[in-house]
Amino acid sequence: MNVPTMAELMAQGKQPEVLFWVGCAGSFDDRAKKITKAFVKILNKAKVDFAVLGAEESCTGDPAKRSGNEFLFQMQAMANIEVLNTYEVKKIITACPHCFNTIKNEYPELGGSYEVMHHTQFLKSLLDDGKLTIEGGSYKGRKITFHDPCYLGRANDVYEAPRELIRKLEVELVEMKRCKINGLCCGAGGAQMFKDAEKGDKEVNILRTEDALSVQPDIIATGCPFCNTMMTDGVKNKQKESSIEVMDIAEMIANAQDL
Amino acid sequence: MQYVPNIIFTLLLALGIGFFAKNLKKIKRNIQLGKAIDRKDRSKERWLNMLKIALGQTKLVRRPVSGILHVVVYLGFIIINIEVLEIVLDGVLGTHRLFSFLGGFYGFLIGSFEILALLVLVAVVLFWTRRNVVKIKRFWQKEMTEWPKKDGNIILYFEIVLMSLFLVMNATDVPFQEMQAGNTISQFLAPLFADFSLETNHVIERTAWWLHIAGILIFLNYLYYSKHLHILLAFPNTYFANLNAKGKFENNATVTKEVQTMMDPNADPYAVSENDGAEPEKFGASDVTDLNWVQLMNAYTCTECGRCSSVCPANETGKELSPRAIMMKTRDRLEEVGNNIDANKGVFKDDGKQLLKDYISPEELWACTSCNACVEECPVNIDPLSIIMDMRQYLVMEQSAAPQELNSMMSNIENNGAPWPYNQMDRLNWKDEA
Repeated sequence: MNVPTMAELMAQGKQPEVLFWVGCAGSFDDRAKKITKAFVKILNKAKVDFAVLGAEESCTGDPAKRSGNEFLFQMQAMANIEVLNTYEVKKIITACPHCFNTIKNEYPELGGSYEVMHHTQFLKSLLDDGKLTIEGGSYKGRKITFHDPCYLGRANDVYEAPRELIRKLEVELVEMKRCKINGLCCGAGGAQMFKDAEKGDKEVNILRTEDALSVQPDIIATGCPFCNTMMTDGVKNKQKESSIEVMDIAEMIANAQDL
Repeated sequence: MQYVPNIIFTLLLALGIGFFAKNLKKIKRNIQLGKAIDRKDRSKERWLNMLKIALGQTKLVRRPVSGILHVVVYLGFIIINIEVLEIVLDGVLGTHRLFSFLGGFYGFLIGSFEILALLVLVAVVLFWTRRNVVKIKRFWQKEMTEWPKKDGNIILYFEIVLMSLFLVMNATDVPFQEMQAGNTISQFLAPLFADFSLETNHVIERTAWWLHIAGILIFLNYLYYSKHLHILLAFPNTYFANLNAKGKFENNATVTKEVQTMMDPNADPYAVSENDGAEPEKFGASDVTDLNWVQLMNAYTCTECGRCSSVCPANETGKELSPRAIMMKTRDRLEEVGNNIDANKGVFKDDGKQLLKDYISPEELWACTSCNACVEECPVNIDPLSIIMDMRQYLVMEQSAAPQELNSMMSNIENNGAPWPYNQMDRLNWKDEA
């Protein structure tokens, strides 16, 4: 797999067009790594001039900030910004809405201003520029519902890019009753991913999975590694894992073309 | 003697407005107990927001039933106030139906007011039914007991009484009925009073007139003690609301300075900081005075409709957190602090209490997923999430009181740059994995 790092390219005196910010989940979580690889396959297929930071990448600080540790957040942010600015990065794409939100909205005041795109937005732009074709393949005609990640949707008003990509897969896109601005959280945001839930009568991811199951999809599509984990757990909890898959849009696009 | 009613009326009016103005000043003072935050930029967007969201009620009608009923009551409230202007002038000048010189147009005006009054009555009765008979869940959550529950109903009763008085006043105004213009609704009430003498009708009309204007003044003063302040504060609240992407959380400037010094290789670690001597700035919020004034205005603006809590993932899954309760508790504590200041000649005397723990528990704060559903949902752009985040910041940075798992997550980030215990050098391993 062709995955150049910024350091390698710099040694060759090259500057890639975009930086792919992999994120912690995309780097370490077994499920999310599949999304990372699928996305890289698409980047390579579309001949995108990109690089990653590799070992020079570090947590954006999102879970620290949302836990209340502003100090740790800003330490992470400024260290990352120093690396990004050293490489004179202009454009960043990421498959994690939390990284996307943090770098896009919270880094500029700390000295890091970049054009930041979520991978669905970037794929959409590749499609519009004719650099990427999307076909349905094995997904043709299947029933898909899209779960809006909070940090992509409400937090940044990105609702259409993922949906346009899904439609290109020649599938039947069915919306959950709560979608777009009314979308229900998967339960992972605000650092909840890393702790047990407070006392209650249900887990948030179960409630959201029930939303999804009520439209009887073949696939629950997401655009966030954390939503992916939560929905996958929810589907397992409902013992539906043999009939319903939870997939990132990038994976679906890559699979459809046998990449 | 003929001026006695005018004088009584003018005194009543001055008293009603004066007392309310005094309380408004208190609210303003309490809001100003909050920290500074600059919300004077982008005034064009702010005006637009206010016009769309407060005046145009665009976010309310996202829920069509309650939204449209609310628009009816709101329009009724605003438009019927033109009639109140006439009533006030009549009262002060001792005239009767001062605007009737407008002739046909006057008939049209009063006729429209009567229709609106009837519509408001219907809407308010439906509101009451939704609260008390249908028992819609968000009106029966645990923060909606006792006073908040009573408050909701009292407001509805006020409106029923005021609208009824307005219609009765018109129905018993015999000369007005004889004009046959503008009595669109009251003409159907007039027969109820037809058996009474002209004199009795006049007495009823005068009584209704006085009760109506007195009721309005009492209602005006009731606002201060009620959740109903939103009818005024919705406007500044939408004007000063956050305009940035909802995902953008404020960066703490004091922390920025500290981190910059730490990361600057040329900084002298032994240098005396400019802050020396002064008390170091407190991180986050443990009491209302640590919040900014917009957050405090939010608390006064909240009308406890509960739309936020009805979409909150934590609340919906039975957790302790309710964004509406966060706003209500913030207001309760702010009023307590305000009363404390008033009782102690303008200086706050430590009462051993604070917003954190005495009002809002850490359990509530830690249940938030920061999903912004509450912020998106609020019909007047209140932001409960920012208060939750400020209080978390206090818990973590001042008290190191994060849940244990979050402490592990944070030490992982500190040590190896990821929330899990993986080596940073392994970040690219996925590249070569099958």
